[in-house]
Amino acid sequence: MKKRLVRILTSICAVGMAFLYVLPVSAKESSYSYNYDYWGDVQDAPSSYAVCRVFTSSDLGLDVNMKNPSGLTVVGDLVYICDSGNNRIIECKRPTPQTLEVNRIIDSFTGDVAVTTFNNPTDIAVSAEGCFFIADNGNARVLKLDKDLNYLMEFTKPDDNTLNADLVFQPTKLTIDTADRLYCIATGINKGLVKYEADGTFSGFVGATKVTYDWTDYIWKKFATQEQRALMASFVPTEYDNLYMDHEGFIYACTGSAEKDDIRNGSADVVRRINLIGNDILVRNGDWYIIGDLYMGNGGGYEGASYFTDITCLENDIYICLDRNRGRLFGYDDQGKMVFAFGGNGNMDGYFRRPAAIDHMGYDLLVLDSLDCAVTLFTPTEFGSLVYDAIDQFDDGKYEESGNTWRQVMNMDGNYDLAYIGIGRSLLRQEEYHEAMDYFELKYDADNWSKAYKQYRKEWVEEHIVIIIIVLLAVVLIPLGIGKFKALKHEIDTADIFTINQK
Amino acid sequence: MFAAFTKKESIHKYIDSLKFALYCMSHPLDGFWDLTHEKRGTYAAANTILILTLMVRIMRLRYTSFLFVQVYWEDLNIFLYLASILFPLALWVVGNWALTTLFDGKGRLGQVYMATCYGLAPYPLFGFPMMIFSNFVTVEEGAFYSVLSVFSLIYAAILVVVAMGQIHEYSASKNILFTVATLFAMLVMIFILMIFFSMISQGVAYFISLGKEMLFRM
Repeated sequence: MKKRLVRILTSICAVGMAFLYVLPVSAKESSYSYNYDYWGDVQDAPSSYAVCRVFTSSDLGLDVNMKNPSGLTVVGDLVYICDSGNNRIIECKRPTPQTLEVNRIIDSFTGDVAVTTFNNPTDIAVSAEGCFFIADNGNARVLKLDKDLNYLMEFTKPDDNTLNADLVFQPTKLTIDTADRLYCIATGINKGLVKYEADGTFSGFVGATKVTYDWTDYIWKKFATQEQRALMASFVPTEYDNLYMDHEGFIYACTGSAEKDDIRNGSADVVRRINLIGNDILVRNGDWYIIGDLYMGNGGGYEGASYFTDITCLENDIYICLDRNRGRLFGYDDQGKMVFAFGGNGNMDGYFRRPAAIDHMGYDLLVLDSLDCAVTLFTPTEFGSLVYDAIDQFDDGKYEESGNTWRQVMNMDGNYDLAYIGIGRSLLRQEEYHEAMDYFELKYDADNWSKAYKQYRKEWVEEHIVIIIIVLLAVVLIPLGIGKFKALKHEIDTADIFTINQK
Repeated sequence: MFAAFTKKESIHKYIDSLKFALYCMSHPLDGFWDLTHEKRGTYAAANTILILTLMVRIMRLRYTSFLFVQVYWEDLNIFLYLASILFPLALWVVGNWALTTLFDGKGRLGQVYMATCYGLAPYPLFGFPMMIFSNFVTVEEGAFYSVLSVFSLIYAAILVVVAMGQIHEYSASKNILFTVATLFAMLVMIFILMIFFSMISQGVAYFISLGKEMLFRM
């Protein structure tokens, strides 16, 4: 009896204790490298890139430390860093894969102009002949210098009467095409990219972002008075943050300054691929919008959407966006599917404090941090190389090899959707439709599945055409035959001769 | 429901009443009038149609092609999923009966339930073949599937509304008025249930925190 009482008391205590225990919050350590699956769930992934080295001012052997560098351009094996705070441009070369050495420091040029130095240079582009195009932000001009730093010409504020006369021309980012036409982004100009012909004449704006607005705002504005309207935010296109001319001559442009909700619901395209006439031709076949992080809640002191501050495009059409907000890099393939996402804010190698610019040398990535004043060099890991190999092999028409490479990728990361779809696409090209369907179904790729199924169905019908015809004939003929037989039987049964006999 | 099957006669009656659902689908006005007034319907058949509806609803999750139905299995609660039919059905039946009984409705609670279940018949009847059919089409041909599945839902909804009018002996305009009123009554019931449950949970939370406080001080 006493024993029983003790047992009851202990169980009551146990229940009481259960209430006291606050379950430890199982905050999962977020992985450095990840990807989103079909459902938008974060799936940890092996790293696609690893830090090769981080180059600070002292690593580069600079006597004056870099100050607020903001531009990074790779041309061949040369790296140009725009050291904006020190009004100079640092040209580095890469003698071995792990090193960067300062080649020369560009801080002035010769020529028949009043100011032969830079003031806050923010970006640089180099043409095929070696001419430099430099966004000389503080001097309100874009300079064109030849390869020996002699002044050739300058591009100044566009002669366009829609622009405010008081606006000071502040070119921030620029790029050039093969015919030396200049495209640049300038602070305060939201009509698109400013385009100049090779002879320096302004030839218009291309690729303005489309204006997004809420219909409630629109109605609200209809009822507002003139004074109230003046105080409201006006519906204007957002300015681009950065641009990149890819190897096909299309301009990748990105912006971070869109509204969070517009980014989330896909009405603001933060990444665009602009053709010559200014239309956006970016392919968006992925399961999710090309917006970087899908989850914009407050985490680790950072909130809001990813802020794409720079973009670069590799030769295999994978483009990589640099998120200033959470210090991450997002790679997308030519179909708009996420290939990788990695990075973070912090002081360790491979983390950033204020990433400003990204460019690539082959498949290696260089990221410039304007607060750390350092360049981080990323090289593809085994996993990343396999993914690139598989994509390259597929593009070269080596479908079987591509499939095998994707299988290796799948063995390293079973949660990697692109691997399954890659295997499926390779099987589809090898005309193994039924197997391909299985892979597409696993990752909910409806379009590719339909392609495979259409072929599979056609094959099946062709193989079984004899059986199908026999079954169809049977369905039609057997009831007919039975009907005929019954009619005949009825006729015989009721025939006069038999009835007479029966009598 | 199955105990009655011991007699051959009642099996015959059951099969007959189940077949009558098909007649109701093709001749809704006549069919639903006879359902109660000529006692052509049985509860056994109504239950069967409801169970078939629930089964088709669950089976379509697994056996429909992934082109049309993608299921996040991790979050699927099969009982909640069943409740997504059963709960509105219960609200509809109770709400409709409670309103119409005040306004000359001739149907009793059981009859409202029976007629509603008979009205659901198009859902399993179309849904099951559609589910199989979905596995033999591509994305481009998927429009057939979408149109037919929407059609079956609209068909079922029209049948339910017509059924209510017939068993309560309402005119068309009165029937539509009470359909809208029933929908409103469902909302009111949901509202009351929500208040009820939030009050209960707050009451429980009060005693739990009281208990915690006592244990802290012990």
